[in-house]
Amino acid sequence: MSAFVFTPENEEKFAALLQRYPQKSSLTLPSLWMVQYQEGFISEDAIVFLAKKLETTPMNIYSVASFYTMFNLKPVGKYHIQICKTLSCMLRGSQEIKKHIENRLGIKAGENTKDMKFTLTEVECLGSCGSAPCMSLNEAYKENLTIEKIDAILDSLA
Amino acid sequence: MIVKIVSKNFDIPDSHKLHVALKHGRYTSLEKLFSMEPAEVVEEVSKSGLRGKGGGGAHTGDKWKLIPKNHPLPTYLVVNADESEPGTFKDRQILEFDPHLVIEGIIASAYAIGANHSYIYIRGEYVFWAKRMQEAIDEAYGAGYLGKNIAKSSFSLELTLHRGAGAYICGEKTALLESLEGKRGHPRLKPQGKEPEWFFGAPTVVNNVETIASVPYIIKNGFEAYRAYGTDNSPGTMLFGLSGHINNPGIYELPFGVSMKAVIEQIGGGVLGGKELKAVIPGGSSCPILRADEIENITLDYESLIKHGSSLGTGGMIILDESVSMPLAMKNLFEFYHHESCGQCTPCREGTGWVDKILGRLLTGDGTQEDYKTMLGACDMLNGKTICVFAPSVAFIANSYIKKFKAEFDALCKA
Repeated sequence: MSAFVFTPENEEKFAALLQRYPQKSSLTLPSLWMVQYQEGFISEDAIVFLAKKLETTPMNIYSVASFYTMFNLKPVGKYHIQICKTLSCMLRGSQEIKKHIENRLGIKAGENTKDMKFTLTEVECLGSCGSAPCMSLNEAYKENLTIEKIDAILDSLA
Repeated sequence: MIVKIVSKNFDIPDSHKLHVALKHGRYTSLEKLFSMEPAEVVEEVSKSGLRGKGGGGAHTGDKWKLIPKNHPLPTYLVVNADESEPGTFKDRQILEFDPHLVIEGIIASAYAIGANHSYIYIRGEYVFWAKRMQEAIDEAYGAGYLGKNIAKSSFSLELTLHRGAGAYICGEKTALLESLEGKRGHPRLKPQGKEPEWFFGAPTVVNNVETIASVPYIIKNGFEAYRAYGTDNSPGTMLFGLSGHINNPGIYELPFGVSMKAVIEQIGGGVLGGKELKAVIPGGSSCPILRADEIENITLDYESLIKHGSSLGTGGMIILDESVSMPLAMKNLFEFYHHESCGQCTPCREGTGWVDKILGRLLTGDGTQEDYKTMLGACDMLNGKTICVFAPSVAFIANSYIKKFKAEFDALCKA
């Protein structure tokens, strides 16, 4: 029993992508992305649905989904802040930025706010070393961060 | 010092749009390209000495020559845009400011190796750049630069953008192909002899974005023009990056062979806040660290860096000033490597975590000499016992931190 189904748009996208790869299994990552954009995270129902669609087992889909950091296997907040913690960002003060966000939101990295408005995650190198420190807010990069910039961003979301 | 071959159009407004790109020379290499036989294109690139710019520095022409003739399955070209090496942020500049140069390079490279379908594997976090690239692909299809009979030639090429989902290891070409096949990004065992890569068992070439973007210049101007820059063994240019404690962080295209010190001082504007330089990580975090006194005679080319016990990698230099604690910097990188180890081989999956934990203990002041020895043992365990080069390079860089800044580690150990 699977309660999850693709929207008609995603069904269409899936069919179009099928023409672009020599084998169906290549659609695993693109399909997981479609699920995540549709539902916000990848539910067990969706995994069962994808397994059927890609002619494999749910465990196989789960194994792939759990390997890649960006696939959320649990719901995340409306605003997902992912702050880079790797060396170039650390050298330019990412730790202070992280602490400031934690204090403002009242959560630690890896947690959601109770109202599920915010999720704060520490991530590895975002490839923004020349404009460090950097974070990604719902997939949009915010670079050259300062405490003032963070305040302005969080104020605009309040 | 700066030379603009790949980055020529970066400063032009709307350079990513087709009508602007066309005004500034994009797709002008195609006429010459299609007047050449594919084997001639391979030869031209081979003679140019173009080397892979994703970190390995393999000769592009040699890679292309590995594609077997008359294989029953189609040939594929896969472009590696999984840029995730800490300190590296160059490919995104090309994708952002000149996506049509990438497509032009893909057409030439695919034509050379006989591929009619190419994939660009882009890291999942690069959402903006994936969108930008997709827009350029759509424009190129619309204008007949992709699809059937490109620019009225007999050559046809499909191009598909494929997004990763946050796994550093997928920058390793065989892990990338596993991922493109819809699996976990686990690197494959290397063959004994030289072989191409395989995508679903079909012969495949994997090239970095910047490598691909260097091809149109070589086709259009000939291999000698490319060789006019750089050194004999490292010809041409590279997009070098500066990040960390530096006044002008950014990406600068430079010919190989320029002085590292001059680049840091003249282009980078020196160390941030006028502080003393302590160390440089030369080409992404997987290259052994260099003390300030070691960089004196280093030039930015493959040979010089190897001679000085490190490597050129991706050309992304991370500058560290006098205030940086080396054990802390090393811990930061081990957290990265522990998180990004694909988990396939035990020495890597566990070893990176052990070193990270021990460094943590040393940094809190609870570490002992015994911990220090265990850490050295774990680093030793990382080397030569795994499927891919992830763990050996981690072992290599660990030793560089420990050896070159030993006093800092000693100071953290209780008797």
